[in-house]
Amino acid sequence: MSAGEREPILRVRDLSVEFTIGSGGLFGGKKILRAVKGVSFDLYQGETLGIVGESGCGKSTLSRAIIRLLPATAGEAVWLGRDIQKMNSNELLDLRKDIQMIFQDPLASLNPRMTAGDIIAEPLKIHMPNIGKAERAVRVAEMMQKVGLLPSMINKYPHEFSGGQCQRIGIARALITNPKLIICDEAVSALDVSIRAQVVNLLMDLQKELGISLLFISHDIAVVRHIAQRIMVLYFGEVVEIGEAEQVTMDPHHDYTKRLIASVPVPDPKVEMERREERRRLRRAAAKAA
Amino acid sequence: MPGLTGKDTVLTDYANKLAVLDAPKGRSLTQDALRRLSKNKAAVVSIGIVVLIILVAFIGPFFVPWGYSEVDWTSIRKPPDFDKGHYFGTDQNGRDMLARVLQGTQMSLIVAAVATVVSVTIGVIYGAVSGYFGGRVDALMMRFVDVMYALPYILFVIILVVMFGRNPVLLFVGIGAIEWLTMARIVRGQTLSIKEKEFIEAARASGAKPFAIIMRHIVPNLSGPVVIYATLTIPEIIIAESFLSYLGLGVQEPQTSLGTLISAGAPVAEVLPWMLLGPAVVLVTLLLCLTYIGDGLRDALDPKDR
Amino acid sequence: MALLEVKNLKIDFLTHDGTVHAVKDLSYTLEKGKTLAIVGESGSGKTQGAFALMGLLPKNGRASGSVMFDGKEILNLPTKELRSYRAERIGIIFQDPMTSLNPYLRISRQMTEVLELHRGMSHAAALAESVRMLEAVRIPDAKNRVHMYPHEFSGGMRQRVMIAMALLCSPELLIADEPTTALDVTVQAEIIDLLVDLQEDFNTAIILITHDLGIVAGTCEDTLVMFDGRVMEYRKTADIFDNPEHPYTQGLLAAVPRLDRKVERLSTVSYDFMAAKGEA
Repeated sequence: MSAGEREPILRVRDLSVEFTIGSGGLFGGKKILRAVKGVSFDLYQGETLGIVGESGCGKSTLSRAIIRLLPATAGEAVWLGRDIQKMNSNELLDLRKDIQMIFQDPLASLNPRMTAGDIIAEPLKIHMPNIGKAERAVRVAEMMQKVGLLPSMINKYPHEFSGGQCQRIGIARALITNPKLIICDEAVSALDVSIRAQVVNLLMDLQKELGISLLFISHDIAVVRHIAQRIMVLYFGEVVEIGEAEQVTMDPHHDYTKRLIASVPVPDPKVEMERREERRRLRRAAAKAA
Repeated sequence: MPGLTGKDTVLTDYANKLAVLDAPKGRSLTQDALRRLSKNKAAVVSIGIVVLIILVAFIGPFFVPWGYSEVDWTSIRKPPDFDKGHYFGTDQNGRDMLARVLQGTQMSLIVAAVATVVSVTIGVIYGAVSGYFGGRVDALMMRFVDVMYALPYILFVIILVVMFGRNPVLLFVGIGAIEWLTMARIVRGQTLSIKEKEFIEAARASGAKPFAIIMRHIVPNLSGPVVIYATLTIPEIIIAESFLSYLGLGVQEPQTSLGTLISAGAPVAEVLPWMLLGPAVVLVTLLLCLTYIGDGLRDALDPKDR
Repeated sequence: MALLEVKNLKIDFLTHDGTVHAVKDLSYTLEKGKTLAIVGESGSGKTQGAFALMGLLPKNGRASGSVMFDGKEILNLPTKELRSYRAERIGIIFQDPMTSLNPYLRISRQMTEVLELHRGMSHAAALAESVRMLEAVRIPDAKNRVHMYPHEFSGGMRQRVMIAMALLCSPELLIADEPTTALDVTVQAEIIDLLVDLQEDFNTAIILITHDLGIVAGTCEDTLVMFDGRVMEYRKTADIFDNPEHPYTQGLLAAVPRLDRKVERLSTVSYDFMAAKGEA
């Protein structure tokens, strides 16, 4: 993990994203919302970087800007030496082959009118149109096995799968083009505890096996700590802390990170009672300061 | 090059194995909807009746002793007469009413089908494009629809008649081309909500082109509201056709349609009731059945909305 | 006498594809001023189980069994009679506060209405009481904020307003259905701490329905773990966390990544006990 010696596969420098909110019509007033403000980080091959933050902190916007689903208004994101903002359409297509996404809502991220096989095969059709139908079917079946689905489910529709299985279809779709980076946007947040553990384990196993990098975005710092080597904490669009996972969770430097960690419930009555006293103390101190 | 293509044969074998592998077909949403529809008695009966009407309208004329424009000089304005084969009676010109009702139904159905297909095709594509691209494109496209709405459609019909002459099918292609406005609005609204779904974002993230997203991901998911609205458009068009025929802009003699027959029968309903009854019963039955089918489809496609 | 006694509660839903047994057998008792956590994953029947006591099941739901509230049977009472229970003696907090706040009315109107109707207070007194209650749930500047509309509050503040409304008539029982699931972690901690403090001040019994074992640990005396419509384990919270007896509870506890200890690999829940039960 000697990160410093190697070239990062993704280098983000001072990236900002702004939205104009207005009526959306031909006329109408406009307002500017700064969702991401000057974010910088490096991501190395085979590494998992966790991005933690609460709703509205810009973590999803940041991930969309990295794959240019949203335009960045300032700064740059450099993928394998090329600035994403300046890519032409061929380079952009390559980028979208190399970087795949897994989404929050397992069912909503799958087209309800397509079979599991068609859904998983779609990126293949876009990025490798030359491979034949037979080979495509084989690759899909192999990928289904890899993510723990029975290949015989290939003709089933999303609504016939459970939430955890749907998320596995999403993972299979993300892996089928052999990407170098997968962005997991709250990929396990909507899952039940028992299924979440399975999916987290699957992601970690696949990463080890395939050597891909992960950008793991979540509001749940406990899950992020478990899966990521480094953690970046976002607060109102800004990076307040970035560092080794152990350091950020055990010895946070920034006040917000401290507050965030103190708020995470621990399933242990004795510990939790103490933590509540600690939170009360922090709140009283904050009230006094204000 | 057997050595090089060896991989292909292996793969083909494997693919064949996959094909025969126990890969049961899934239940698609459409199949689910059809299953629910088949449990809806009113809708099933209605579908049966509509199919029957269609069959009779198109096959019936071959078995009817009189043609729709054939004049029987011996029986003018006569009530049903089974000996002569005038089962529905005759009109003021001695033409067989049954033959005319069959021909009128045929005409109304063709008109409705053509106009609906045209309006659905234009409306779905226009609405999906407008909704998907959003922003300025959407604003411009929808303002055009608003302007079209504001113009009286009778004006259009007259322009169309001047342009195409009185060819019923062309005329109703024209009507369909106006009916698409509402469809476009409905489809746009649906598209706006579908495009926020994560699977659209997933498709964009994996590099799918806008046209592919619209055709593969948006349009199939529109089928619910489109089918429902289309079943409601059919009666609307049949009524519009009656209205135009009444004004003398629609179907031309000796051809006829349900609307024309009714408008001819209405003034003489007291003296020659058979002239009104036949076409009126067919039209009312058709409209009722289509409404029930539309209702049934809505329930079947949106089971949560009840 | 226990405040609430639920015995052999069963809930069925009649759907297109046949009957779904959402709750198969649910029994528990709750003393005055105590807290009970009902923990379960989605589909465990935890929410339906609590909604049934209030007559809040969807139309196709059928409940049977017995629910004694303060010595009276309230299960399947006509809506008219239940309504007086709902406002005055049992309060509810939903996951999404907007489901029970009217977006078109000011908070002041929504709160005073309850007091004027059920307590016969004058408008001025009701308003003063509403402000006091908003202060109790730690809404800053309550005096002015009471006149705002629901959408002018943030998610966490809205949930506080909900809690204040639920506590207006000082109910004996408060049912909180996933009150913090839609909120951020830092806000969640504040709301949970608030609930614990309020419970001490108002001496209200609380049923906390949640999927999150973490928030249960520090809040509730008793914990009931549900799975597939049945009770898996129902004991003192401390005992459950120290020494979970049921394999399902053990699995759940082990499957949650924790901040205070590091594991190499998350263990997953095994459902072997289902097979064992099936034979019994």
